[in-house]
Amino acid sequence: MDGERIISGVPTIGYIHRAFEKIAERRPFYQITPLTDRMNYCSSPINNMGWHMTVEKLLGVQVPKRAQYMRVIMMELARIADHLICNSILGVDTGAFTGFLYVFQEREKIYEIYEEVCGSRLTTNMGRVGGMERDFSPVAIEKLRKWLKEFPAVMKEFESMFNRNRIFMDRVVNVGPISAEKALNYGFTGPNLRAAGVDYDVRVMNPYSSYEDFEFDIPVGTNGDTYDRFLVRNEEIWQSLRIINQALDKLPDGPYHADAPHYYLPPKQAVYKNMEALIYHFKIIMGEIDAPVGEVYHSVEGGNGELGFYLISDGGRTPYRLHFRRPCFIYYQAYSDMVVGTSLSDAIVILSSMNVIAGELDA
Amino acid sequence: MADPTKEESPAAQEAAAQDPTTQQNARVLALLHSLFGEATFTDVEEPYGLLTVTTKREHLHKIVAGLQQDETLKFHFLTTMCGIHYPENLNQELGMIYHLHSLVHNIRLRIKIFFPIADPVVPTLTDLYATANWMEREAYDFYGIIFTGHPNLRRILNVEDMDYHPMRKQYTVEDGTREDKTDLFFGR
Repeated sequence: MDGERIISGVPTIGYIHRAFEKIAERRPFYQITPLTDRMNYCSSPINNMGWHMTVEKLLGVQVPKRAQYMRVIMMELARIADHLICNSILGVDTGAFTGFLYVFQEREKIYEIYEEVCGSRLTTNMGRVGGMERDFSPVAIEKLRKWLKEFPAVMKEFESMFNRNRIFMDRVVNVGPISAEKALNYGFTGPNLRAAGVDYDVRVMNPYSSYEDFEFDIPVGTNGDTYDRFLVRNEEIWQSLRIINQALDKLPDGPYHADAPHYYLPPKQAVYKNMEALIYHFKIIMGEIDAPVGEVYHSVEGGNGELGFYLISDGGRTPYRLHFRRPCFIYYQAYSDMVVGTSLSDAIVILSSMNVIAGELDA
Repeated sequence: MADPTKEESPAAQEAAAQDPTTQQNARVLALLHSLFGEATFTDVEEPYGLLTVTTKREHLHKIVAGLQQDETLKFHFLTTMCGIHYPENLNQELGMIYHLHSLVHNIRLRIKIFFPIADPVVPTLTDLYATANWMEREAYDFYGIIFTGHPNLRRILNVEDMDYHPMRKQYTVEDGTREDKTDLFFGR
């Protein structure tokens, strides 16, 4: 530091490292889902679904359309919750507490929808390998529809509070800009890369879970500063809303999970009455089912960018090696470069606009 | 349900040859061979449609630099890299696996190198991709792979004074000396 100026900085990370990659080498596939919850805990469902899809790809399981649409709805809800937190915390860091409290109510409603769908709120453990664990209940659909009707007004108010706010703009415009070339070189993905002007989105580039069925735009920024990152996230919330509306309107009938008895847990009632169901239940729970030999890389568009799962299976009940491509870990190394020459108060704003989630950073 | 491990029939193989991913991979592989020579790549696979080549560590830096600068392929993006440990592969125990992505053409490529655990030295990619910095520190931290030319090769997620590399297979998650619990049936 030289007065208020930052001369150089070294990030020290690893304070909540929990050795997920090592632990995963001893766990059957279904027990790894709770580990993924705890990476980006602001958007756990995306991590869960990404992991399920990786295993499904390895096993060659085809998931029915209804389950895919249900997953899309939950993933986009998670994205909205993730972006809402990031943007409203950016407001808090620039001195505007009201917006944060206001949209936190909406996040609470999203969590209530999670609760209706899977029973938990923050670390969701949602879905199963092969589909969803249960169908959307009428209450869940009702809550979702109500929220979709009410949320846009709140979001508009949130935007009008910040987007052209003189005080806010003075704090964020041209703060921590990064060029497209540099962002790519640093491995940026997600909103942070799009704010720099590169329209890379995994949902469009390598569509998964039927994203190709929906119409949505990829917002991009121009100079990758804090203000652009803020605007890109806001616009992505609107696009996610578009996707949820389309998915809910077009939600196909049919089963909500794949017909894959070797991997998908049978209904509990059947376990008590039916021999086959009991056997499969036992085999799945005890991790008696071997996976095929192979290696697979699957990535989804997480809240912060390309969330990749690289799974090597040697044919046993657990992965031989599982590597998570965690977007936070990869782009946080650019932070020390971005803050050099700025003031301490700018460094705080840049950090919160990059949305570094400690759980994902350290795994 | 289709079993992905099953041997494919000739008809299925023909259908696979028509598949756009397979065709694209064949084109990329032909380019790779023309750029770096066929002998550079010891093993070529396509697990789940992702072209995977194995090479020697001496060629790695040259290949990645060539791919990054190549006008047609444009592999500008290093998606991720990770270490791996196969204790039973003699003199090839450790490995590094790189995932490259050409965002212009949407081509992904996986490059593997293997080397002996007694001599775990690999050229760094930090001069090509800034993002390789922490990825290589992570691989060093967990597998003890030394990257020559890395500007700051220190542990990153584990504590500085740790004296082993925990992702190597000889370190089990649970204490191997425990006697109150046997894991005969469900252990690896």
